[in-house]
Amino acid sequence: MRALVAMSGGVDSSVAAALLLAGGHEVVGATMKLWGGPSDSGCCSVADVEDARRVCQQLGIAHHVFNFTAEFEEEVVAPYVEAHAAGMTPNPCISCNAHLKFDRFWLRARHLGFDAIATGHHARVTATSEPGPPLAGRAGSPPAGPAGAHGDCPGQGPAGPGTGRVVWRLRRGQDLGKDQSYVLYMLGQAQLAELLLPVGEMTKDEVRRRAATLGLRTAAKPDSQDVCFISRTGGRQSFLGDRIPVRGGRLLSAAGADLGEAPDLELLTVGQRRGLGPAAYRSEHKGTPERRYVVGVDLRARTATLGTLEQLLVGSVRVGPVSWAAGALPAGARAHVQTSAHGRAFPARWEPAPEGGGGRLVFEERIRKVAAGQAVVMYRLELEGDVVLGGATALP
Amino acid sequence: MPAYLDHAATTPLCEPARRAALAWSGERFGNPSGPHSVAAAARAALDDAREVVSTVLGTAPGDVVFTSGGTESDNLAVLGRALAAPGAVVVSAVEHHAVLRAAQAAGRWAGCPVRTVGTDADGRVDLAQLADALDRSVSIVSVQLVNNEVGTLQPFAEVARLVRRRAPQAVLHTDAVQAAPWYDLAEMAQGADLVTISAHKFGGPQGAGVLAFARPVELAPLSFGGPQERGRRAGTQDVAGAAGLGAALSWLRRDREAESERVTALRDRLALGLLAALEGVRLTAGDVPRAPGHCHLVVEGVDSEELLFLLDSYGVCASAGSACASGALEASHVLTAMGTPPALARGALRLSLGHSSTDADVDMALEAVPRAVSRLREAVAPGALPVRKVLR
Repeated sequence: MRALVAMSGGVDSSVAAALLLAGGHEVVGATMKLWGGPSDSGCCSVADVEDARRVCQQLGIAHHVFNFTAEFEEEVVAPYVEAHAAGMTPNPCISCNAHLKFDRFWLRARHLGFDAIATGHHARVTATSEPGPPLAGRAGSPPAGPAGAHGDCPGQGPAGPGTGRVVWRLRRGQDLGKDQSYVLYMLGQAQLAELLLPVGEMTKDEVRRRAATLGLRTAAKPDSQDVCFISRTGGRQSFLGDRIPVRGGRLLSAAGADLGEAPDLELLTVGQRRGLGPAAYRSEHKGTPERRYVVGVDLRARTATLGTLEQLLVGSVRVGPVSWAAGALPAGARAHVQTSAHGRAFPARWEPAPEGGGGRLVFEERIRKVAAGQAVVMYRLELEGDVVLGGATALP
Repeated sequence: MPAYLDHAATTPLCEPARRAALAWSGERFGNPSGPHSVAAAARAALDDAREVVSTVLGTAPGDVVFTSGGTESDNLAVLGRALAAPGAVVVSAVEHHAVLRAAQAAGRWAGCPVRTVGTDADGRVDLAQLADALDRSVSIVSVQLVNNEVGTLQPFAEVARLVRRRAPQAVLHTDAVQAAPWYDLAEMAQGADLVTISAHKFGGPQGAGVLAFARPVELAPLSFGGPQERGRRAGTQDVAGAAGLGAALSWLRRDREAESERVTALRDRLALGLLAALEGVRLTAGDVPRAPGHCHLVVEGVDSEELLFLLDSYGVCASAGSACASGALEASHVLTAMGTPPALARGALRLSLGHSSTDADVDMALEAVPRAVSRLREAVAPGALPVRKVLR
């Protein structure tokens, strides 16, 4: 099989390429150049491209650089800035996955005749054979039996000699501490059928050990933590401040009392409790001060409302259109719902909006309010919430 | 053997250059500035090469400065002049980045105003705009002979006349890097005070170039140290590089005209063949005088990066423009200056021929390019897939 590996210059994608090569596949590495501006943290600095290229040279495979800076600006950066201007908390890594990695990059791999793409994400793709008509997949791929890119991959083939349809499932990575299935929720059958996640079966330590054994220069490279287009030195404040007006406002108590000056409202997030100044510790009532959180931001009124943890808790979240991995969840069905990249999942009931498009998740216990713009990902209740059902963006 | 159609990027070494450079990379060595016989031999090799260059360019041997290549020569001419005699810097919009960024540096570090002159749709300098940019405050003007991306010949004689008339105090530099493989530079660069050439574009080694002076011009050096190259370029000379450059230049001179005709015929067969085989393909700068080796196209409905990838896999080495620090293709400033719509510029393809090109190379390209283009056009268009719709 011919696989195009998306290589960020980090250890996970380096090892992903090495594993596929060891598995006898024809492997080509490619690094996306996404951000044209200054960067010191993310995945598209020249140093990272050089790391990816050097790893490919060490492995003896070709390496290419794809310039997607214009698409990145249009599909990721501009919507990120707009979302902040609208008082939301966007997740640019998710829009990058949806528009760049699993759209532009994937399409390019198809154009260039690759059978599959691979990334270094910690998640797993498996196939199951289920009764029913075939789901969307690569045109011309057989509806039953080994289909898509996984047919000849041990451990990823369809479970048993089924006679029904093949359904591709996105599952959490072996290393639950590093699991990245949350940021991959947008993958449908077509993408899953052509996606290889070679490090999903490994722990991060195993990945690093493997890289070290192979002598790859990325073996000890620290994980990237930050948004790639926001520099560590300037931060979000300087990035957003250059593009939209970023201003302070007033802090209000839940009862509406003025608690003082608010920091830049466009940078505040629901659920935040740091960086709010002394007002955050001022109690409305006499007694011991209680920790305060942002429970709401109103850009029109230029206010942020603070509240206690109790006031932050909600029973449900409204979401926009859902990207289902393999068909919609029936109304009233239950799922495990995760609302942040490394947070825990909570059981909830799915209530689709009558007019369609989105819906509401009603939790069985109250959870911290989800900031608008964040991803809400549903996992199957069974099997300890291992399988991604789909996901959507939280609405205000 | 792939069909190598990227001669505008670099050419294979010609045999005489290989032998000359090899002699000074092995059995022979010496610092040309030294006081003994070993040094003297190196000095003689350097002087031999200098004489060849001065003959070809029509300058005195002492007015040939060896550099590390076209970039350094361009930098030395533009920034060196701007630093020595601060004033306005006038460049065409389609110059090589070695000129454009040196001009920017002159603006930034020496406070020189930078005036960029646009071109017509074929990439030729707009002479009316140039005339407007010229006055008594101009220190240096830099206009190329042949554009490196699309191959257009600049109306250099007219440029030189305009500069003499409207800015007589200005120094006129020309980047002759892409003209050197094909033309009599002494004639073509007439009127230029400073001329840049680079060895690896005409069968010489990489890392060897020249800045030639047609008249004495004061330049601020950009390197400091010993008195080499009459104080204009400090540092021990690369004797192997200079010897290879000289050998390639002599070799080139022997049958340049016949070679130009041969390559022009190959290039025309390639260009006409591609136009006949493919719809939605346009020759860039097709109706103006072009260098023999250049075949530059814009292909509708394909992306250069994908096209080059497929061509490479089909055994054709081509390019599309310049690359940024990471190696990714950049939008071409040349096509932008020519007013090529961005959607078309995305599908740029440069096939460039040279001294090692053969009919077989052209045959391979005539087979591979249509195959790659059809394949990419049949592929799914971006945005047609479900992922994007959900997140919009």
